[in-house]
Amino acid sequence: MAEREYAYYSGCSLEGTAVEYDMSMKLVLEALDVNLKEPEDWSCCGSTPAHTVDHVLAAALAARNLSIIEKMGTDTVTVPCPSCLSAFKRAHLGMAGDASFKDQVNDLIDEPYNGGVISKSTLQIMYEDIGLEEVAKKVTHALPDLVVAPYYGCILTRPPEIAQFDDPENPVSMDKILEAVGVKVSSFVFKLECCGAAFGVPKRDMVNRLTAKVLSMALDSGANCIAVACPLCQQNLDLRQSQVNALMGTNYNIPILYFSQIVGLTYGLTPKELGIDKLIVSADDLIRSRITVEELAQNKAAAEAEEKARKAKQKEDKTKTEET
Amino acid sequence: MDVINLTKSTDWNFIEEVSKESGQNPSLCYQCGNCTAGCPYTNYFDFPVSQIMRLLQSGQKDTILSSKAIWLCATCETCTTRCPCEIDVANVMDTLRIIARRENKVSEKDIKLFYDTFLASMKQHGRLFEVGTLMAYNLKSGHFFADAELGPKVMEKGKIHFFPNNIKGRDKVAKIFTRFQEKAKKHG
Ligand code: SF4
Ligand code: SF4
Repeated sequence: MAEREYAYYSGCSLEGTAVEYDMSMKLVLEALDVNLKEPEDWSCCGSTPAHTVDHVLAAALAARNLSIIEKMGTDTVTVPCPSCLSAFKRAHLGMAGDASFKDQVNDLIDEPYNGGVISKSTLQIMYEDIGLEEVAKKVTHALPDLVVAPYYGCILTRPPEIAQFDDPENPVSMDKILEAVGVKVSSFVFKLECCGAAFGVPKRDMVNRLTAKVLSMALDSGANCIAVACPLCQQNLDLRQSQVNALMGTNYNIPILYFSQIVGLTYGLTPKELGIDKLIVSADDLIRSRITVEELAQNKAAAEAEEKARKAKQKEDKTKTEET
Repeated sequence: MDVINLTKSTDWNFIEEVSKESGQNPSLCYQCGNCTAGCPYTNYFDFPVSQIMRLLQSGQKDTILSSKAIWLCATCETCTTRCPCEIDVANVMDTLRIIARRENKVSEKDIKLFYDTFLASMKQHGRLFEVGTLMAYNLKSGHFFADAELGPKVMEKGKIHFFPNNIKGRDKVAKIFTRFQEKAKKHG
């Protein structure tokens, strides 16, 4: 397969509290023959806080990066963090649709951005560019104990005019990717429900209550862990689970994994290199059941043979009893 | 909600200002309530988002700008996705926040402070310095130990950087802020 190449904007979270997203995403994309180029001296995208100050300022903070990427000669940048992605897309679409807005933004930055970069989430390039078939080909291991609730968070597919990816009310891309690598996925109705991550620090009680809802809905769906694609969601659901338990008198103990970590496990990568040990709620027990696909096939065959033998024996016993 | 005297209190300029800055037409809203029905924060809002839209249609500037709702909105985009009139409701909320900030009418001081601390970190280092931001926020807000119990958990995982990652072009990022402030001053 031809090698694909993208600019890769990791964003600030992936350098700090979400380092395991960065580690696992890079390894998975490497396994899929994707070549990633980091933009030189990138800066923070501005994220939500800049949007409370001014739309032009917010767009300028994002566009500084887009302009760097534009000069790299790669037309597509892939972004793991939905918040950064949304900042990029808003800046890009805002500038493309309004010449005076574009001028105002370019007035604030040193090197103008000319609109030549397409931004896509890493989930989107795996789903649309690489495709499920290729994603499935690299699988060497199975995770028989896992039942995953896929959690997309609020802005990965919304609003549709900005996100331009998957379905705004019932996204399926992560479900499909996880199924493609052989993982069981639960039918999770809170896929998009906001967990409140952005307010984690100043509005803790409110956020803890919203988080509790997401966790309880995941359990109700029959899942024993949650897959995420957003560093803010991950941090909120994982790190604050103890706060939720203290506030609500619950005892949730649900591992919150990045979807890339789960895919990486099925590619035979070690938990260590995927940063599984960096999760606060440990996933060790769940992934201990990991076996190779050959073993899985053997186990399956053995179970089937046993079942057959049992049935045969039942039949035999039955005929015996009838005879007597 | 209180009784509003529309003849006296409708601020037409405000309606115009919000429409222009958000690019949305608030008069399209027919109060179906879809936005509020899906809003995950509505329990915490003082005015549900559909009421904010109604207040906006009737130009109730002060009530809106001093509301908690505009600061508790997380821009989750549910309302925008579901509005049958295709109003970008989240964008309207965003614009209202910007105006409240501009006019110094912020009801949720802690949220604003948190955002400001984030941006200050960004201006200084070019990237977000997580620990510095949290510490500065705790100091300035007076919530000295906010989330303190979470610190050791993250530290144990080797995720905390005690020193900021200064990028080479951080003066360029700072310049974006300065240029913006200069411009804002010029335009009043
Ligand atoms: S969904 Fe749209 S039309 Fe309905 S109340 Fe909200 S803003 Fe108005
Ligand atoms: S964007 Fe804001 S107002 Fe709209 S549904 Fe989300 S939290 Fe509510």
